[in-house]
Amino acid sequence: MRKPKKRLDLDETAIVGAALKSLPAPARRLFLRQTLTLGGLSLLSGCTLIDEDAAERALMKVSRFNDRVQAWLFDPNRLAPTYPESMLTRPFPFNAYYDRDEVPEVDADSYRLEVGGLVADKHAWTLAELYRLPQTDQVTRHICVEGWSAIGKWGGVTFATFLKRVGADLTAKYVGFKCADDYFTSIDMATALHAQTLLTFTYDGRTLPPEYGFPMKLRMPTKLGYKNPKHITAIFVTNVYPGGYWEDQGYNWFGGS
Amino acid sequence: MVTMTSAGTVHPLWLRLTHWANVLAVVVLVTSGWRIYDASPIFAFRFPAGITLGGWLGGALLWHFAAMWLLAANGLLYVALNLASGRFARRFLPLRARDVLHDFVAALKGKLAHDDPWHYNAVQKLAYLFVVLDSALLVLSGLVVWKSVQFPVLRELMGGFDNARVVHFVAMAALVAFVVVHLAMVALVPKTLLMITRGR
Repeated sequence: MRKPKKRLDLDETAIVGAALKSLPAPARRLFLRQTLTLGGLSLLSGCTLIDEDAAERALMKVSRFNDRVQAWLFDPNRLAPTYPESMLTRPFPFNAYYDRDEVPEVDADSYRLEVGGLVADKHAWTLAELYRLPQTDQVTRHICVEGWSAIGKWGGVTFATFLKRVGADLTAKYVGFKCADDYFTSIDMATALHAQTLLTFTYDGRTLPPEYGFPMKLRMPTKLGYKNPKHITAIFVTNVYPGGYWEDQGYNWFGGS
Repeated sequence: MVTMTSAGTVHPLWLRLTHWANVLAVVVLVTSGWRIYDASPIFAFRFPAGITLGGWLGGALLWHFAAMWLLAANGLLYVALNLASGRFARRFLPLRARDVLHDFVAALKGKLAHDDPWHYNAVQKLAYLFVVLDSALLVLSGLVVWKSVQFPVLRELMGGFDNARVVHFVAMAALVAFVVVHLAMVALVPKTLLMITRGR
C-alpha cells in the first residue's frame, strides 16, 4: 500500500494483509484474538477474567448489529458529494493488500466477466460488450478505512443498469464479487442500486490502469475503500451472506455511509 | 442552598453508575481510537502501540464501534436524569464568567476550596459542563467520520470529511486533558473517589 509522499508512510494494513496471506488459517485466528489485548498485554494485566473467544464473539455480534443499524440509516436517495476535476488527488494513491509489483495482469482479449446466482442472464461478458453499455463518470471522494481520503474520477456503467440488464433479483440481499487478485467482498442490494454505484472501466478519462483495478472496479462513494473491489472476474447475486476478505477478519461488513 | 437527595448521599446512585459506565466507554474509545489514528496519522506522530487497544486496525475498530453505543446511551441517560431530577440546575447554575475568573485565580494561588462535595466551585462547574459539551462534539464529529454521506449538514458544519477527523482528534485531546486534571484533583482530595463510588 503506497500513499502520496506528503503522507507518512503507513503500510500497516498492507503489512498485516501480507502477513495474514502467508499465515495458515489457525494462525490468522490467533492474530484476530490479539484484538482483545491492550497492546499485547492481557487486558486485565495477565488475569484471565475475560474469556477472549467470548469477547471476540461479542464484538463480532455488535458488528453485525451495526450492519443492521447502518442498513436502516442508509438513505438510497442521499448522494455523496461530487467535486470539480481541479480537486483530483494527483497521483491517486495505490492501495491493495499486496505491493504494486504484485498487481494482477488481466488479459483484455481473453477476459470474461462471469455473472451468476439469482440472475436471469448468466452469459459471460466480454469487455467489448461491457463498454457498449451506457457510460457515465463522476468525481468523488474515496475514503479508506485507515482514515485518509483522496478524490478520483471514475467512469463506467451505473451498476443498477447492469443488474437490471442481467435480470438480477433486485429483492435479493447481497451482491458478491470475486477478483483476479483472489480478493473477494460483498455489498447490500440497497447500495448496489444506489445512483452513484458504478461498474467502472476508466480512471480520469483513460482505461482503468492495472494498479487501479483493470479491467474494472466497482466504485461506490458511499463505501470505504475495501468494499470497492478491483479486477472483478465474477459477480453473483445471492441471499446467502458471502462475507469478504477483510470482513471475515473483522472489518465491518457494511463498511460505509 | 443545596438540597440533599437523601441523607448523607452526595451523588445519587444513577450518577455514580453513569459516571463509571462512562469511564469504561471513554477508556475503550480513547485507546482504540489511538490505534485507529495510527493507521493514518493526521499529525507527525503516532501513539505507542503498547497504550492502544485492539491489536490491529480491525480489532480497534470493533472495540470503537461497540463502545460508542455505551458512550451514547449512557451519555443520553446522564443528561436526561440530570435535567429531570433538577440536579443540573442545582449543581451547575448559576454559572457566571466573573465567578469562573475569580475561582480560577484563586485556584492558581492554591486558595480555592474544592473539598466541599456538596458545592461545585465555578471552575468545576465550567469543567464539567465543558466535558459534557466536548463529548457531544466527539459524538457529532464521529458521526461524520463514520457516516459522512448520511449526515450532510453535520459534515459541512465540521468542514468536510477530512476536517471532521481533525475535530474528532482535537475533541479527544481536550477530553484527555480534562481527565488528567480531573485525576490530579482526585489525587489532591482522595475522598472524592469514595463519593463517586459509594455516594458519600
